[in-house]
Amino acid sequence: MPKIVVDRQRCKGCERCLEACPQGVISMSDTLNEKGYFFAVPSQQPRCLGCQLCAINCPDVAIEVFVHGTQFQFFHA
Amino acid sequence: MKKVFGYPESLTPSPTHYCPGCTHGIIHRMVARALDELGLRERAVGIAPVGCSVLAYNYFNCDMYEAAHGRAPAVATGAKRCRPELIVFTYQGDGDLASIGTAEIIHAANRGEKFTTIFVNNAIYGMTGGQMAPTTMPGQITTTCPFGRDPGHEGYPIRVVELLRTLRTPAYLARVAVHEPLYVIQAQDAIREAFRLQAEGVCFSLIEVLSICPTNWGLTAKEANKWLAENMIPYYELGVFKRPEAEAAPALVGAGSGEGA
Amino acid sequence: MGKVLMKGCEAIGEAAIRAGCRNFFGYPITPQTEVPEYLAKRFPEVGGEFVQAESEVAAINMLYGGAGTGKRVLTTSSSPGISLMAEGVSYIAACHLPVVMVNIVRAGPGLGGILPAQSDYLQATKGHGHGDYKLVVLAPSSVQEAVELIYEAFELADHYRTPVMVMGDGMIGQMMEPVDFPPQRELDELPAKPWAITGAKGRAPNIINSLYLKEDACHANNVALKKKYDEIVKKEKRWEAYACRGEKLDALVVAYGTMARICKTAADELKSEDKKKIGVFRPISLWPFPYEALAKEAMKAKRILVVEMSMGQMLEDVKLAVLGKRPIDFYGLTGGLVPSPDDVTRELRKILD
Repeated sequence: MPKIVVDRQRCKGCERCLEACPQGVISMSDTLNEKGYFFAVPSQQPRCLGCQLCAINCPDVAIEVFVHGTQFQFFHA
Repeated sequence: MKKVFGYPESLTPSPTHYCPGCTHGIIHRMVARALDELGLRERAVGIAPVGCSVLAYNYFNCDMYEAAHGRAPAVATGAKRCRPELIVFTYQGDGDLASIGTAEIIHAANRGEKFTTIFVNNAIYGMTGGQMAPTTMPGQITTTCPFGRDPGHEGYPIRVVELLRTLRTPAYLARVAVHEPLYVIQAQDAIREAFRLQAEGVCFSLIEVLSICPTNWGLTAKEANKWLAENMIPYYELGVFKRPEAEAAPALVGAGSGEGA
Repeated sequence: MGKVLMKGCEAIGEAAIRAGCRNFFGYPITPQTEVPEYLAKRFPEVGGEFVQAESEVAAINMLYGGAGTGKRVLTTSSSPGISLMAEGVSYIAACHLPVVMVNIVRAGPGLGGILPAQSDYLQATKGHGHGDYKLVVLAPSSVQEAVELIYEAFELADHYRTPVMVMGDGMIGQMMEPVDFPPQRELDELPAKPWAITGAKGRAPNIINSLYLKEDACHANNVALKKKYDEIVKKEKRWEAYACRGEKLDALVVAYGTMARICKTAADELKSEDKKKIGVFRPISLWPFPYEALAKEAMKAKRILVVEMSMGQMLEDVKLAVLGKRPIDFYGLTGGLVPSPDDVTRELRKILD
């Protein structure tokens, strides 16, 4: 099952990933990172398709996307 | 698990100082990915402007210059003429390129200097706190046109890509946007193409990237994206405006070509 | 190659080639345009890259970009153009980049005139661009010396990683004189520059930057520059003391560039006709200025006459050297007027009796 990993210290809480995700996987944390931002959290990880739109829309390269080897890669960014 | 989206080698690990939601970060990543994909990092040199991206020399993982305001295209000319094997790119904002640096970009393009310019147009001066730029939209409020830009006083926004397109020298000119993922994907292709053309020594290339400035526009990142889509895109048409080969057989002026120079 | 009769501007271009320079960035402006013209023709023969910029502002920033790659780079201009280069030179100095620039000085201020003058002395030595930085400034008084100083300027620039200016008044650029060129420097024997922009292959990226947002870091860069300038002041002063032997001089003339040659003629005349002992002190490095050497010669003389093709600029440094111990007179013409030997002998006779 595909998954995303968010680097919570790089995240500035701009919510662009949240807007980009077609599956509503992402929500904002209720705790602050070191710089005082609420960071993105893949709270609905199982819904992730591995489409990479969150990572594409992230201005801080804070999201990495992993898919299973067999996962057919629909999306090429 | 296979990583399909990771951190580009051509970016340093340093976090950026850009405001939350500012799309400079996306543009940096796209340039870095283009360098990675074309295997150019070890030959690359970037030239940072004066503006929000002045600190780009901390973010790109390749040799870098920081140039005087507006002079990056001249610095790039110097570097490229001295070491043609380098892959040279300037990264400039609208104040840097379309205001103080107009002569430099026009003449570099006209000489056909074989470097790539990434021109970030966010319709305002960011670093200095939100002043009017040559690209500020009519009616847009900034700290130096507090009643909204009045074309009767301050003229209309400058369309740089169209301006450069009139130059006869072959070039690759395109305008893209980064406010939504679909546009980011298209922008990545245009930026990769620009670097490919440079790597093959074909021509000068400039990609104008419509970008947002939440802080100085006084909007959230989300609202800023919407503002860009509704206000900037109608005025700043997206697309590829010039390809190097398009000028292969120039239409002779007055030879009944109709299209003219 | 032996002696060649050559115009100053062209000799300057050839000297740069001999020094291993293969990259020029400049802009047309009288009276120095023959340098770019010469190099535009000559560079292709030696694999050089000539670029005519859209302005001197662009030219100096191209120089910044070129110097950053470690290549020996040259720009030449004249007074108004040099003014436009001020900001760029400040960046070049702040980034410790070696460049050579030439100012063939014309009459000012404003558009001024195209005839020779020496009215850029203070601009070159005291404050061209913003910030605490210095330009090494060398002033030739003949085409041969211009060639030698250009050749040496590239060595100084590389050694100290600093901008060096060769400043000649309009005549230096426009005169034709026989010239003997120094040997061709082999390009692969030029000084290594590990700091240069060559592509981060097998090394960490190099960064050419003068922005220091943190005040202590910015201060540290100024301290580093000052340390370099102190070393240059200690080691690189150049001057000529003409006819100053012995302990007593009736008068000491202080002049530089072609003005010094004219003053030597006047000094010789007074020696033969009036039996007066007139020395001529000629600074060759305008920065670092040879204060001590001038002071030593000045103490021998009863009177000092400073002669310039300006309204009195080097005059200030002469005053600094003499510190009021001797009366200092000044004679200057500018705007393109050139004091003749007769003018100088007349002025000397005035202060001698």
